[in-house]
Amino acid sequence: KEMTVRDALNSALDEEMSADPKVFIMGEEVGEYQGAYKISKGLLDKYGPERVIDTPITEAGFTGIGVGAAYYGLKPIVEFMTFNFSMQAIDHIINSAAKSNYMSAGQISVPIVFRGPNGAAAGVGAQHSQCYAAWYGACPGLKVLAPYSSEDARGLLKAAIRDPDPVVFLENELLYGESFPVSAESLDSSFCLPIGKAKIEREGKDVTITAFSKMVGYALKAAEILAKEGISAEVINLRSIRPLDRPAINASVRKTNRLVTVEEGFPQHGVGAEISASVVEESFEYLDAPVERISGADVPMPYAANLERMAVPQVEDIVRAAKRACYRAAKSVPMAATA
Amino acid sequence: LSSDTITVETSIPFTGHNIDPPSRTVETSANELMTFFKDMAEMRRMEIAADSLYKAKLIRGFCHLYDGQEAVAIGMEAAITKKDCIITAYRDHCLFLGRGGGLYESFAELMGRKNGCSKGKGGSMHFYKKESGFYGGHGIVGAQVPLGIGLAFAQKYSKEEHVTFAMYGDGAANQGQLFEALNMAALWDLPAILVCENNHYGMGTAEWRAAKSPAYYKRGDYVPGLKVDGMDALAVKQACKFAKEHALKNGPIILEMDTYRYHGHSMSDPGSTYRTRDEISGVRQERDPIERIRKLILAHDIATEKELKDIEKEKRKVVDEAIAKAKESPMPDPSELFTNVYVKGFGVEAFGADRKEVRTTLP
Repeated sequence: KEMTVRDALNSALDEEMSADPKVFIMGEEVGEYQGAYKISKGLLDKYGPERVIDTPITEAGFTGIGVGAAYYGLKPIVEFMTFNFSMQAIDHIINSAAKSNYMSAGQISVPIVFRGPNGAAAGVGAQHSQCYAAWYGACPGLKVLAPYSSEDARGLLKAAIRDPDPVVFLENELLYGESFPVSAESLDSSFCLPIGKAKIEREGKDVTITAFSKMVGYALKAAEILAKEGISAEVINLRSIRPLDRPAINASVRKTNRLVTVEEGFPQHGVGAEISASVVEESFEYLDAPVERISGADVPMPYAANLERMAVPQVEDIVRAAKRACYRAAKSVPMAATA
Repeated sequence: LSSDTITVETSIPFTGHNIDPPSRTVETSANELMTFFKDMAEMRRMEIAADSLYKAKLIRGFCHLYDGQEAVAIGMEAAITKKDCIITAYRDHCLFLGRGGGLYESFAELMGRKNGCSKGKGGSMHFYKKESGFYGGHGIVGAQVPLGIGLAFAQKYSKEEHVTFAMYGDGAANQGQLFEALNMAALWDLPAILVCENNHYGMGTAEWRAAKSPAYYKRGDYVPGLKVDGMDALAVKQACKFAKEHALKNGPIILEMDTYRYHGHSMSDPGSTYRTRDEISGVRQERDPIERIRKLILAHDIATEKELKDIEKEKRKVVDEAIAKAKESPMPDPSELFTNVYVKGFGVEAFGADRKEVRTTLP
């Protein structure tokens, strides 16, 4: 059986709202419009306007209201139409949500989920194309999840809603319409995935490739190409950016002795940088090659199709980096900067 | 002491915006007036002692004192219950006391000790007492207002007949997110009372230099407001009772409390570069909230001047004892560095400054 990521998210929301009356969803266009990306489709009809709340376009205001409601013990799901708009509310996500349990020595817990599409879409320019994994992943007190497949989406969203801490849930617009096979187990309403655990999507022995969200699909495609050339790549779907599954990553690198990290976000201080540091710290003596990082280019997202393609990782970038790590690449000549 | 009704006129009439203001005639009792006096004397003494502890370097970082504004905390508490919520900014010590918090855990928190109300992990700006409806203690100017409206949202969602008082200063009154959240509170009829404690200076900026319209009770436009003498505890009580009834029936309302802080903005501010010493001493002489209650008690022969002085002496002693005890409280255990980061830490590894030296699994 197959299911789209959109339906996976929608069914997870539906089941958790049905299971716990304290769960409600708020955000722009989540109700009457049925969700800007239709993730909340049908929920208004089923749960009514008291639990499916259309807000005005005021991220700082409604995010603060959501966090306040969580202080009181409700379990809000705050939808950002895209995570780019969460910048308007980042103070509430970090200062009001992530730090309160600590500052109050456990008196004020904040069981809230901030969710919405993250990362680059297609052709929407710089202000609407950015990955926030590294931004939120840097903050203690937050949990940050990034699903790839439909099972990920269902299992992780249900885990996020049930979790007693604030969770940033990074979806990807370009995956919403993609279908994935789903197990019978994952369709059960009790299904839930563990937070903080990565998933080995494909086993391999020559090189480890870490990725999250849409880039997992690219990494899997790269692994297929590499297999044809006799390189066995292990693909790790991080699923959880914070906590980061350092043990799984290091165990894999200790087996393959090589690492390529893949992300859509900016390279500097990125998720790949953190993974690379972890492997250097924990598994330095196992490395047979320098760590390779594939990331978005170090520029705001351009609009023109050819430039946009250059600004986000492509499958061939991952293939090339993996070959380099395995000392199988032809000497590549870096493209000259022509600015 | 008697609980018989005493009727008192507020210092000045209330001014309403889009609403008929309540009557100036307030009912009180000998009992209540004596409680007001005792509680305000304790607050005043606590803040003066905190000033000394700060100067003795026993309190670190930021420390914002409430002396001068006591009538707001006291009058508000007299009108509401602990099921109603209060949330405020960083000037939070006395609101914590008003909610039933103790001197000992206050001073222990100020000095960063284990027995502080936030186990020494919050500090001056982050006091909480959730079991009696006090939600902090927030350090980012204005952010507490949407949070407070979120509490009111949760009260309405839970179908409870309680309200939230979201406190902010005249400085925060210009923050955009206040208007964002107020719009939603009004759209959704949330039982939220926005309390602008107008002490006339946002740090060192006089209200007229920061606000085109310093009539903060009118700034909600479509939301009704009331201007209150925030130095008169009975006026505050009357206004809060009125506001609670209004909010439960009709949604949000703004209360502008005309008040004054005697101390500077924080301990690094002598409080004298942007206002005159005459202004401060004038308020002390003419509008002091404790003196107002003292006069009422004497005028109604509830207690003698000596008895009131004795109460103040007693409060000084109680405060000193709490400080002595708080000084005995140990610093938090180093293991507390890693507690409460999460409710559920999944046993994930967390690191200290040198991860090869300090690492732990999160509880």
